[in-house]
Amino acid sequence: MSASAVRPATVAPVGRRLSWAIVLPLAWVALVAFLAVTADWLPLPDPAAQELILRRKPPSTTYLLGTDNLGRDMLSRIIYGGRTSLIVGICAPFFGFLIGGAIGMSAGYFRGKVDLLAVGFIDILLAFPTLVLALTFVAYLGQSLFNVTLALGILSIPAAARVSRANTMAWANRDFVLAARTIGASNWRILTREILPNVLPAMFAFWLVAVSVIIVAEGALSFLGLGIPAPQPSWGGMIADGREALDVAPHTALIPAAVMFLTVLSLNFLGDMVRNLVDPRRSSL
Amino acid sequence: MSGAVSGAVSGGPLLSVRDARVGFGTVRGLLRAVDGVSFDLEAGRTLGIVGESGSGKSVLVRSLIGLVGSGSGAIVGGEVRLDGQDVRGLSAKNFRQLLGRDIGIVFQDPMTSLNPVMKIGRQIGEGLRLNRGLNATAAARRAVELLVEVGIPEPERRASQYPHELSGGMRQRVAIAIAIACEPKLLIADEPTTALDVTVQRQILDLLQREQRQRGMAMILITHDLGVAAGRADDIMVMYAGRAVEMAATREIFRGPRMPYTEALLRSLPRLSDPTHTRLSAIPGRPPDLARRGTGCSFAPRCTYRSERCEAEEPVLSREGGRGFACFHPLNASAGTSA
Amino acid sequence: MHWLARQVLRLAVVLFCVTLLTFLIVNILPGDVATAILGGLATPEDLAGLRADLGLDRPMLVRYFDWLGSALSGDLGRSHRSGEPVAQAIADRLPVSLQLMIMAQVIAIGIAVPAALLSVRRPGGLFDRLSASTAFGFLATPSFMLGILLIYLFSVTLDLLPATGFSPMSEGLWANLESMILPALSLGLIEWTVLMRVLRSDLLTTLKEDFILLARAKGLPPWRVLLQHALRPSSFTLITVIGLNIGGLIGGAVIVEQIFALPGVGRLLLGGIFNRDLILVQGTVSFIAAGFVLVNFLVDMLYAVLDPRVRHVRFRS
Ligand SMILES: Nc1ncnc2c1ncn2[C@@H]1O[C@H](COP(=O)(O)OP(=O)(O)OP(=O)(O)O)[C@@H](O)[C@H]1O
Ligand code: SF4
Ligand SMILES: [Mg+2]
Repeated sequence: MSASAVRPATVAPVGRRLSWAIVLPLAWVALVAFLAVTADWLPLPDPAAQELILRRKPPSTTYLLGTDNLGRDMLSRIIYGGRTSLIVGICAPFFGFLIGGAIGMSAGYFRGKVDLLAVGFIDILLAFPTLVLALTFVAYLGQSLFNVTLALGILSIPAAARVSRANTMAWANRDFVLAARTIGASNWRILTREILPNVLPAMFAFWLVAVSVIIVAEGALSFLGLGIPAPQPSWGGMIADGREALDVAPHTALIPAAVMFLTVLSLNFLGDMVRNLVDPRRSSL
Repeated sequence: MSGAVSGAVSGGPLLSVRDARVGFGTVRGLLRAVDGVSFDLEAGRTLGIVGESGSGKSVLVRSLIGLVGSGSGAIVGGEVRLDGQDVRGLSAKNFRQLLGRDIGIVFQDPMTSLNPVMKIGRQIGEGLRLNRGLNATAAARRAVELLVEVGIPEPERRASQYPHELSGGMRQRVAIAIAIACEPKLLIADEPTTALDVTVQRQILDLLQREQRQRGMAMILITHDLGVAAGRADDIMVMYAGRAVEMAATREIFRGPRMPYTEALLRSLPRLSDPTHTRLSAIPGRPPDLARRGTGCSFAPRCTYRSERCEAEEPVLSREGGRGFACFHPLNASAGTSA
Repeated sequence: MHWLARQVLRLAVVLFCVTLLTFLIVNILPGDVATAILGGLATPEDLAGLRADLGLDRPMLVRYFDWLGSALSGDLGRSHRSGEPVAQAIADRLPVSLQLMIMAQVIAIGIAVPAALLSVRRPGGLFDRLSASTAFGFLATPSFMLGILLIYLFSVTLDLLPATGFSPMSEGLWANLESMILPALSLGLIEWTVLMRVLRSDLLTTLKEDFILLARAKGLPPWRVLLQHALRPSSFTLITVIGLNIGGLIGGAVIVEQIFALPGVGRLLLGGIFNRDLILVQGTVSFIAAGFVLVNFLVDMLYAVLDPRVRHVRFRS
């Protein structure tokens, strides 16, 4: 049957469009990551240094991206905010995938009671609207980079568990796994040596998607004032601050919004592409 | 070859197909599913189209009625006339009208050919309302009558049920009711019994034949089983790899096939005289890749009569004694009316 | 066991676990409530007194079952900030949140369904690619960002709609809608993208079915084939996704209510969190989670109503 007709039209790269649709998102993400890593060595003003006389200045040669409500340099804050976003965005799903992956793989491999328990646990976590659970966690854990990461990590457990469970089930009955079992390999060995390497690609594709989801969630928490505590810059917090001066200095909100949009868009592009590579059948959603 | 398939009646054939072609653009290149098929069908007669799976039978008839279209990336060529009218030249609207009124179709699998979330009565009445201008009440009443006609007990109750509540055989009866609802001139049955239990296959075929006779419809009966076509089709067209390789009156085919593929098909039929557990002789080998057609006769790799010429040159459908076949070394030379 | 009975039992178990988990989060996690309420300068006696008042000196499970018992009779306790009964506070704010989410859902479905239908008319065609790109863009726009952009566009630049604030129905339907349209758009314009993608892909699958060919063979015009034959059998995943996405919508509503200063349940929850109003947070989170679970349960039932095959299996066995 003609596969091309079944394929949902994602904007993801196919054929000729491959070049720009990969290069641009990749370049943007690389730029954000590079600046975030090297921020301390770049000639940037302190992102927390206030200069109240120079508040809400539009972009100029001295302040490439202008200044915010408190006269802080926007470029510097964007770059340090990117650092926050990336740390949370990369670490939280990693944590979630470690735990969720373990749960999902055990459930998919052992089935029976373990599976029932795991699915029950996932169901309970999924019964909470994500952001509401994140808010509650952070509020009671206390606001810090670590706690925000932890809370968002917990939230990515169900998704990770589902992906790894489904994939494990698909692999657990393959010939080479059965063969390993007949020669007396331990469950641990089969899980880590035989199944894990096959489940990892799907997990990786999913992790890429999770990064952008978590960056958005961190932005939402910071926007609500429940993310990374105040002087430390974060994109969501900057957008929230900029909201107050939308009429006189729209750049204070629009610039961090644009940066965040581009980052999430790029990550979605890359995630879609990797997912199509890993599993050509699941190219939608 | 028009005269071959049907005795010419004044006013010309009901359906006339010339050089029908269907290609699908695939990653491996153009796949020629139907490659230059022509035939005529007179009103009231039955044409059996026979061939292995993948020989292009379904694609051929679906292309005739516009059901393989731009959606699947198909390229459709050739000329189709119904009652002398050039079907492909019609506007979309007029074509739909013709389709709804004059042509009925029954698909292979009644599990998938009925809408699972629409009540049966409505599915039957739908065409009546659209093409015959019946109002909802009249269409519903007519739907029940049609259910009676196709032999469904408790028709009122069935009309308000969903397809999954009926058995396969019953569903195929419903599909037939839908197909004949608007009194079509042509009924197309695409392997109408393949998906059914052996016990009901015969009943469905009998039902089709009865309806056809009563209504004077022409019918195209697609099957991969020559035995099914035997008692029911007036003429038979054998298809192989997207082409018509033999065309003749049914009794001629059974008396003596001219094309080796037809002979092979005949040989694979179970015979009543065989002991019960004789294995059917399936035709060895596989049909060719339709996207990579080589030179020569497409049956050559599987043909026991092939010569060098068969591999170098392509036989065209030629007429001899009122029948057509595509072969350089036709069989039963004596069986034909002329040498 | 009867299918329905089994589902209701499952629902009860999930609800129990959800409220318990909420209780645990709010109570186990570090941060002393009494200190938070009274401030760092309170004397140990004051703190102990407050803890006793709040019942914090009793074992946690005892407290949980107490809470659950009253919750079942509709009493979620009193906010220790305002003294207002939590159930009353939620009931007062619920209509605003419901209106917001229903409007957002109507916008989302209102865009998604026509967009998906138009897309599958010519898969890979101009409209299809355009709507896919648009959806991809909106998918990368968080609701808090979209809210700000909408305010910037419609309130600051065009001066068409109020930036924030809520007008109840009593001030007139139009005033009410005016205050709700931007918040609803902030959620709906994101939600439609997911719905559109799901529906589009299911429609494409359905359109390959024989019964679609049969519908076309009856002479039905393309749009009737789409609407009368393809849409309904293609909408089951859509409905499931709508149900699942209500979770995201609730989270979005918390943010959007905050941006637009709408007095809804989300804002109530945020207020409770900022004020360390333990009873209020416990009640609101449990309520939201329970509502979410219930809605998904109802969506499951709707599924059975829409798909006669499921109905058949479920209600006859
Ligand atoms: N949409 C499509 N795209 C590409 N190739 C197609 C498409 N539809 C059919 N084909 C190909 O066309 C050829 C003929 O198929 P067709 O369904 O007509 O065979 P058939 O004779 O009806 O077989 P069967 O007895 O199995 O029904 C097959 O090789 C099939 O793979
Ligand atoms: S042309 Fe040759 S290869 Fe083809 S069927 Fe006839 S004898 Fe066989
Ligand atoms: Mg077929």
